[in-house]
Amino acid sequence: MDWQYLAELFLGGLTRGSIYALIAIGYTMVYGIIELINFAHGEIYMLGAFTGLIVASVLGILGFPPAQILILAALAAIIYCAGYGYTMEKIAYKPLRGAGRLSPLISAIGMSLFLQNYIILAQTSDFLPFPSLIPEFAFLDPVAHIFGSSNFVIVLTSSVSMAALTVFIKYTKMGKAMRATAQNRKMAMLLGVNADKIISITFLLGSSLAALGGVLIASHVGMVNFAVGFLAGIKAFTAAVLGGIGSIPGAMLGGLFLGLSESFATGYISSDYEDVFAFTLLVVFLIFRPSGIMGKAKVEKV
Amino acid sequence: MKGRISGLVIAASLVLLAGTAMADTIKIGVAGAHSGDLASYGLPTVNAAKLVVDEVNAKGGIDGKQIELLIQDEECKPEKATNAATKLISDGAVVVLGHICSGATKAALPIYTEAKLVCMSPSATNPELTQSGQYPTFFRTIASDDAQATLGAEFAINTLGAKKIAVLHDKGDYGKGYAEYAQQFITDGGAAEVVLFEGVTPGAVDYSAVVQKIRKSEADVVMFGGYHPEASKIVAQLKKKRVEVKFISDDGVKDDTFIKVAGADAEGVYASGPQDVSSLEMNKAARAAHVAKFNAEPGAFFDNAYAAIQALVNAIDKADSTDSAKIMEALRTENVDTSVGTIKFDARGDAEGVGFSMYQVQGGKYVVVQ
Repeated sequence: MDWQYLAELFLGGLTRGSIYALIAIGYTMVYGIIELINFAHGEIYMLGAFTGLIVASVLGILGFPPAQILILAALAAIIYCAGYGYTMEKIAYKPLRGAGRLSPLISAIGMSLFLQNYIILAQTSDFLPFPSLIPEFAFLDPVAHIFGSSNFVIVLTSSVSMAALTVFIKYTKMGKAMRATAQNRKMAMLLGVNADKIISITFLLGSSLAALGGVLIASHVGMVNFAVGFLAGIKAFTAAVLGGIGSIPGAMLGGLFLGLSESFATGYISSDYEDVFAFTLLVVFLIFRPSGIMGKAKVEKV
Repeated sequence: MKGRISGLVIAASLVLLAGTAMADTIKIGVAGAHSGDLASYGLPTVNAAKLVVDEVNAKGGIDGKQIELLIQDEECKPEKATNAATKLISDGAVVVLGHICSGATKAALPIYTEAKLVCMSPSATNPELTQSGQYPTFFRTIASDDAQATLGAEFAINTLGAKKIAVLHDKGDYGKGYAEYAQQFITDGGAAEVVLFEGVTPGAVDYSAVVQKIRKSEADVVMFGGYHPEASKIVAQLKKKRVEVKFISDDGVKDDTFIKVAGADAEGVYASGPQDVSSLEMNKAARAAHVAKFNAEPGAFFDNAYAAIQALVNAIDKADSTDSAKIMEALRTENVDTSVGTIKFDARGDAEGVGFSMYQVQGGKYVVVQ
């Protein structure tokens, strides 16, 4: 047994999984509240990366140090994308709220195509270099070949934001209202919860996390393109389903589970089958445990 | 209708009669797609042939004989290519310039082989056409599809002294083809071994698992078949994970976008790309002649076609004969200056001196290293 190789694959999978988890939370929160799979979520992630790139380029010209640029670019991306998420909900989903489940789904796919093409027109269809904003930490230097600064920052940021989100949902009044809306929107409204506001906040939060993910990953891999949201979105969606869609701890677990599985499959079998492995897992889960790791089996009312 | 057909037959016979009347011309067949979807691949070859032949004829032809072109359209369709080949042989062509597409060329070649007629393609890149050894009269002035992989592997082994090579690809036709040819070349050569052969998923969020695998394989060179977006992610992650390997890739990476996106990580990366022939005097002259005569910039494979017809005319001239065996002998032994540089042909029919060069990123630019 080659323990070092195992550790390398584990830490690589952890990074990948944290990325998936960060995006998966957006899917799962929206699904939890309005039972919509927001296919445009991957595009919010892509928009986050682009916003980060634009802000980072401007700040870079102004001569800011990388760490400050990273924080400011991430903040700008979060605010901008939260705005996108909010607007998207108002334009594409709110008018269809009473219209069955298929219409908002199609609207979401339309939104995703619209945002991709908007970036092609407004920016470019080319690949753009993304500056490496995550500073090299001296204390990670001895292990940089296994777990570098960008891995560390990604895992740390994901863990912190997920912990913060959990605290927010568990212990604040707003979080309580969110949980109530997720359980039964009509009942929550009768008890005085402003469901429209809760849905807006859900989109704001989910989009913020996706934007944060976009900036971190673009900095990690060093490039952005209008299509980066697609595969990341699909994988995060898979992670959300694995974990049990609608459950926030489930999305985190699902993301990590998927990231680690992919990493080990690549390491011990072959990266030719990386996607095959991810989607086979999805199929197996859908057959044997459709509610996912953390999801509760839903009892259909007769 | 009937009247028109017999009219055509009469016209055709007249042409044939005229042909026999001028028996002392040297006939060169030109076959390829001159109409249909792929006409843009075939027509530049016809133009190249006309330019060279007009020039030679104006200077008195080959040993006093004028050259006549027999042009046959086969639309890059294999079934039409066999008809075109038969027609050219019965019309008395001594050599054929063509065909254009690999599929059509492959269909026509058994006929030329049977008739022992020299056939030279400016554009058919399928490796088997020359490597199978089935078509001894076939030549080409374009590098075959596996040339880049062969160049890359040779460069890795001979120039960089690689003993262990990791071969990666992006699972696409182009990248996987490159990787498979490279693997085959390395395995057959025996001087180095392939320690890793893997496809990576284009667009994945990171490649750290593959990078760790490369480290574990202890490869000294990574060969990658694919395009620049994946290549730049992989080189960036190799640098981040401090894996010290040399990186060799293909024409899909020999693109300035790669340098722009990968930035400092691109430094030292090797990539093969077509030889730059645009600075050769003969190439400039050929292109200028095309613009003067046809009032347009030359199209696809023009350079290769121009070189092919130059090589054929030279071989007939040097052989002092229209006998195929003597023409082939001249093609294989005589160096000829063409629009793609000085070339001659190897035993299999591939042009030596045509093909790809190895480039390396140095100071933010691709520089020729071999």
